Amino acid sequence: MQVSDGRSADGTKEQQTEFDAEPILGVSHVTKSFGAVAAISDASISLHRGEAHGLVGENGAGKSTLVKMLAGVHQPDSGQITIDGVPVTLGSPAAARDAGIAVIYQEPTMFPDLSVAENVFMGRMPRQSGGRLDRDSMRRQVITVLEMLDVRLDPDRAARGLSIADQQIAEIAKALTLDARVLVMDEPTAALSAAEVERLARVIETLRARDAAVLFISHRLDEIFNICQRVTVMRDGRSVLARPAGDLTSDELVRAMVGRDVEHRQLTRGAIGDVVLSVDRLTQEGNFVDISFELRAGEIVGLGGLVGAGRTEIAQAIFGIERYDAGSVTVAGQPLKKGSPSAAMQAGIALVPEDRRQHGLVMDESIERNVLLASLASVTRRGLIAGELARETSKTWLDRLQVKYGRLSDPVTTLSGGNQQKVVLAKWLRRNPRVIIVDEPTRGIDVGTKAEVHRLLEELAEQGVAVLVISSELPELLLLADRILVIREGRLVREIPRAAASEESVIAAAAGAYTEQAA
Amino acid sequence: MSSESRGRVRARGLVRWESALVVILIAVVLFGVAESSTFWSTTTIFFGGLDIGQVAIMALPMTMIILTGEIDLSVASMLGLGCAVFGYAFEHHTGVVGAMLIALAVGAIGGALNGFLVARVGLPSIAVTIGTLTMFRGIAEILLGQSEVSGFPPSLEQIGIAPIFLHLAYPFFFFLVLAAIYGVVVHRTAFGRSLYAIGLNTEAAFFAGIRVRRTKFLLYVVSGVICAATGIIYSLQAASAIYTAGTGLELNVVAVVLFGGISIFGGRGSVIGVVLSVIIVGLTEVAFTTINISSQEQQVIFGGLLLLSVVVPNVGEVRNRIRGRVRRAAPPVSAGGGL
Repeated sequence: MQVSDGRSADGTKEQQTEFDAEPILGVSHVTKSFGAVAAISDASISLHRGEAHGLVGENGAGKSTLVKMLAGVHQPDSGQITIDGVPVTLGSPAAARDAGIAVIYQEPTMFPDLSVAENVFMGRMPRQSGGRLDRDSMRRQVITVLEMLDVRLDPDRAARGLSIADQQIAEIAKALTLDARVLVMDEPTAALSAAEVERLARVIETLRARDAAVLFISHRLDEIFNICQRVTVMRDGRSVLARPAGDLTSDELVRAMVGRDVEHRQLTRGAIGDVVLSVDRLTQEGNFVDISFELRAGEIVGLGGLVGAGRTEIAQAIFGIERYDAGSVTVAGQPLKKGSPSAAMQAGIALVPEDRRQHGLVMDESIERNVLLASLASVTRRGLIAGELARETSKTWLDRLQVKYGRLSDPVTTLSGGNQQKVVLAKWLRRNPRVIIVDEPTRGIDVGTKAEVHRLLEELAEQGVAVLVISSELPELLLLADRILVIREGRLVREIPRAAASEESVIAAAAGAYTEQAA
Repeated sequence: MSSESRGRVRARGLVRWESALVVILIAVVLFGVAESSTFWSTTTIFFGGLDIGQVAIMALPMTMIILTGEIDLSVASMLGLGCAVFGYAFEHHTGVVGAMLIALAVGAIGGALNGFLVARVGLPSIAVTIGTLTMFRGIAEILLGQSEVSGFPPSLEQIGIAPIFLHLAYPFFFFLVLAAIYGVVVHRTAFGRSLYAIGLNTEAAFFAGIRVRRTKFLLYVVSGVICAATGIIYSLQAASAIYTAGTGLELNVVAVVLFGGISIFGGRGSVIGVVLSVIIVGLTEVAFTTINISSQEQQVIFGGLLLLSVVVPNVGEVRNRIRGRVRRAAPPVSAGGGL
């Protein structure tokens, strides 16, 4: 496989004569570090008129940081961004907008009580003489844009209740009324149905026909091949490949993303022990049905499936966050009371939740208080928190997990995402759980920390902890799990042992093929 | 402004607010001494404490409740109900101790009602406790009507006349003892830390195994008991039990707590701030009264101080809000995945 650096993007231009010589958007050799972590060490990308350009890479490869640079949220430490060949500084979101760049997020934020048209024109509503809002003009412009996109969406309806797909369309309409020429779509399809993805693909076609350039980020390679003319691959903060999509096979793409053969765990862990967690016919109406599985000491079990399949709900039901309607959970032979996180904790279960900021941490509290929040009893002496012991204990755990922090009393918001996640892990590990459930443990954290988290989970398994990993990243599941339970639409459809596990087998089960082999 | 720097501004603001309270306290004392020759005297300590005593005591359970992001507006009505039950029971020959126990039990039941509706049913505490504010006072009126119960043992009625020691009035002394307990519980125990966690992020607290509902329920029960106890103290202090006791004090209680630096949004502030706030308000009232500032003018001044207390600890936040509300509405910069 030919792995090339950013320069080969220029090389491909010769083959792509249909594009203008001058890209609308040029990013060349930008870098960006957050503290000690290099999020982007050398990324280049160029977008041409009428092009849909795929950007792929594993989580943590630097795609989102690149998007934030284009959105004006982050500024590159070095390197250059050009619009029509002219260097620009995207110092703020407003500057990015003025430069003609619009970013469509996976889940747009809209004002639920305002109409679609009002949302589109938020902050710049046209006025009539006398200062009254010119609603007619607003509606007309929105209708024109929506017609052009060939999308049916009522401009007068309130945004509340719009599907994510429709919200994205509204954001695209907004971009068009702003005369954006570069549309950056950050994983727009992650939460869309197949039909919605198809509609989005048509919209992108229309945008291309109007000479706009689209940067399309997705983890789904088939979409990349269907929608994009060229692809740039990022890995570990570098753009490692830029080529016409037609010249690539999906195998080549995957190899470029991963950069190596996916390394399987070398160390053989201790023998797998007794059943510690047993879930029997767990059912929660509307979310999951008849989920049964067992977790043994020293075992890492993966919970795979599409976003929204019900994995998080299962984890939270086991831990007692939500109640379930039928079934039972048993820990080491003892039935577990439902609906009580404190009971689950007493039984030795820990849950590292998916939403770190809302559920994992009290963001405004200090690092120390967050580390200790789930285990205050252990630093309490005669009813009072022993200050010195509390500090020493949290320091020990932060050091053990190699958290980079300033002072214990700093609010946890001062930490990077990866270090915040380590604080969550520290909080749970110091309870010495016998079952630990980790829900998307490496989402949004850097490559280095990600590897550390993986190693940590493996060490826990070695020490005899039963680990349940929920991850939407297949490489992560394949790397860690001894077996993978695949959840589809709230049902456990297949159990795949490590030997038989591959991206294909998991995706096939998650998406609905091979159901006859259901476990 | 990032949430990071916002957090820092807030943390610094709080440190400054408690120092600011000390400065205000000194200023009040200097003002009082300058304006009135009788201010610097033991009578000030005694009557100031007597005056602020009920508000001060009720401010403590209120502090905990506001720390968790809730509120209890029924405190003053519970004082009235405690007073009425105490008087009613005493009238019906339960003996003074029996009457006290019955009043405290009613406080617990009333608090449990608040706690049940807020913590279990999940109703907004402001609505629930406005409801019980009316209800408790109504029950008090049904019990006592316009009558006054008096004739408590003279030894107990001393608390309205004589200091307990060092010129401290009984209710104020009771407040100080209770405040010491509250200070330890809030700042030195796991329970206290959980209150802050609940106030700052209820969900994260729940995910960390904190029994959020049980905690809130307990706080309301304790509030009911302490407010009923305040009602008993009121009866003895005034040597008579009437159903109107403490009417309208709930807002003074909230004001004292907020002035002490407890954030109305929960999760911020300290007991020492509330103690300083109580002392300041008590001394100010004495000072204003000795120099004949009308109660209307006093209210304007207290109102201004209260606003100041909400604004100053949150200067950074307030400035941000005034400047850039719209920016807060901008879409989140991260929509999952990546760095």
